[in-house]
Amino acid sequence: MYKLTHLKELESESIYVLREVAAQFEKPAILFSGGKDSIVVTYLAYKAFFPAKIPFPLLHIDTGHNFQETLDYRDALVKKLGVQLVVGSVQESIDTGRVKEEKGYNASRNRLQTTTLLDTIEKYKFDACIGGARRDEEKARAKERFFSHRDEFGQWNPKNQRPELWNIFNGRKNMGEHFRVFPISNWTEMDVWQYIYQENIELPSLYFTHERRCFLRDGQWLAAEPCMTLKPSEEVVTRRVRCRTIGDITCTGLTISEANNLEDIIAEIAATRITERGGRADDKRSETAMEDRKKEGYF
Amino acid sequence: MNNGYLDMELLRFTTAGSVDDGKSTLIGRLLYDSKSIFEDQLEAVETASRSRGNEEVNLALLTDGLRAEREQGITIDVAYRYFATPKRKFIIADTPGHIQYTRNMVTGASTADLAIILIDARNGVVEQTVRHSCIASLLGIPFITVCVNKMDLVNYSEEVFLGICQRYETMAHHLGIRAKLLFIPISAKYGDNVVSESENMPWHQGGTLMHILETVSIEHKMGDECEPMRFPVQYVIRPISDKYPDYRAYAGRMSGGVLRIGDRVRILPSGLESTVKSIMQTTMEMSIAHTPESVSVLLEDDIDISRGDMLVSIDKPLPEVTQTLKMHCCWFNEAEMQLRKRYLIRTAVAETVGIVQQIDYRLDINTLEHIKEVNSLKMNDIAVITIKTANPLVVDKYGANRVTGSLVFIDPDSFETVGAGMVI
Repeated sequence: MYKLTHLKELESESIYVLREVAAQFEKPAILFSGGKDSIVVTYLAYKAFFPAKIPFPLLHIDTGHNFQETLDYRDALVKKLGVQLVVGSVQESIDTGRVKEEKGYNASRNRLQTTTLLDTIEKYKFDACIGGARRDEEKARAKERFFSHRDEFGQWNPKNQRPELWNIFNGRKNMGEHFRVFPISNWTEMDVWQYIYQENIELPSLYFTHERRCFLRDGQWLAAEPCMTLKPSEEVVTRRVRCRTIGDITCTGLTISEANNLEDIIAEIAATRITERGGRADDKRSETAMEDRKKEGYF
Repeated sequence: MNNGYLDMELLRFTTAGSVDDGKSTLIGRLLYDSKSIFEDQLEAVETASRSRGNEEVNLALLTDGLRAEREQGITIDVAYRYFATPKRKFIIADTPGHIQYTRNMVTGASTADLAIILIDARNGVVEQTVRHSCIASLLGIPFITVCVNKMDLVNYSEEVFLGICQRYETMAHHLGIRAKLLFIPISAKYGDNVVSESENMPWHQGGTLMHILETVSIEHKMGDECEPMRFPVQYVIRPISDKYPDYRAYAGRMSGGVLRIGDRVRILPSGLESTVKSIMQTTMEMSIAHTPESVSVLLEDDIDISRGDMLVSIDKPLPEVTQTLKMHCCWFNEAEMQLRKRYLIRTAVAETVGIVQQIDYRLDINTLEHIKEVNSLKMNDIAVITIKTANPLVVDKYGANRVTGSLVFIDPDSFETVGAGMVI
């Protein structure tokens, strides 16, 4: 007897969306952050077009504050898949005066990425950027479409989104406009981990327990890397930690954990009572921090 | 790890109702009692509730995500919510219930397996109940669960409940609703019959809402042997490499029935026939493909097939290949639908230009009256219309297939999606 599991249904939906992108756009790219969500999206794209190669490049917006493990993983993956890698550098945006570096202890390049991203989209004339955002992540994302229209300024207008019905996706646009596409919109954090487990997808080592020099700020463990400015009261200690979500170093919270395999991670997530983005400093800036950044053109 | 975890089923449901019906409270209750609300989310909602001067924690803030919504205290768009029990994973399309948001309700209902319709026990079946049921029915949702809410305010009376059920069934009959109807008396506020069985209503034997959500059949999503096979071609996979010099596979999502290696298929609109040589479920070769899997298909013959074509079974009812289509239409845009104006008509994988030839009648979805001699449609209007297209479209009746029987209207200047159609 045939059984349609939730993972099979979600996978089928995501592959359908990825193939729609290939059919409807001229120059799409996958926004690759090195986090598990963009890794799953890239894996799904590999499946969607097999045995042909993924018909889009990976686009990485490098804040210059990335974990080395993320960069190594990225380079190995690009080689394995035989796809092109495009890197947009936030450091370059700072050097050329496009953006201004934030100051202070909580300085982050998270928001600066938006300018670099939009500049890179314009430079390469990408007309669809495929991202790994999920609707369960954050309340503004709960209203996001699979095919999300962006105006010429890269802005999202949440009040005037195109209705999306059945599996009909409208990727029509005028000159200069582009789309963000989110194939795993309907996946939850747990679905992503279960799928990684089921398909045995390789992940950066950061997701598993390892010893790291870190410090505690506002109840959150952060990595003691050179790009972080410590307050006098903050003390660097070594702990066994892992990342539940990976962004750039300045906004990636570390979890004290001994989980060194996928079964343990899934058990840990099933038991946790804090959302994944609970460890993300960038979302805590205001009640609608994500919506405000998204309107500007953020991921 | 418990393997049952990877084996869960997925149910998509929609909730329609306005703030007063306790829709947000019901969703909050489902999420809360199934332990799907995280501590930081609850904390954020508590903080937000306090800062707005609410005395109790306002669970509606969990679902109202956009700034404008929080400011106005209303839901203006479809919000998607996720939760899971050990048996199933659920996707809620939470849509606002006011008449000016009919289009959002239609959007949320388009992919739903089940609709929850909320009725206030004190008011019974009202105009809004008719409207929500009409939309659920038009969109072909297989199950309608009627939740008679606020039973605590009518002393948990069985008589009140049965009276409402009876009136609803009469209305459903009049509407021609084909969905399977399920009735539950609940109190979302106190949790009666939502996740836990009610001690106040021992007379109700139909189980809780959660029990229904966990056990209702999802077989309608999977094609069976008797159903005609439908495979709209989405994309052609051509690696053009040394290893695969002549490889040509048709990628798409199974949209009806099953497909096996060796099956004879017809290609529409051309009408040519071929035989299935191989089926790839992404990286693996399969002997059979089921609805709704995404697969790619290789055929024995070298035929020119491209996006927009459809592979169908030859010995079962065929779809129509036509340039004139009659359909239910829901209009979405502030700019009115105009007769004779050109629109882009898009099905799942095909697109052509079309004009609206006539508006047969507009449906008053509160009274179900047919209003004739209508020359344009306003936002949120539902009507039966006839369109003519530049190129033939391959379609089924929506009642037979929700994927191959649906289409949208796209404005040729703004490229906005301005309407939706369901072929009749």
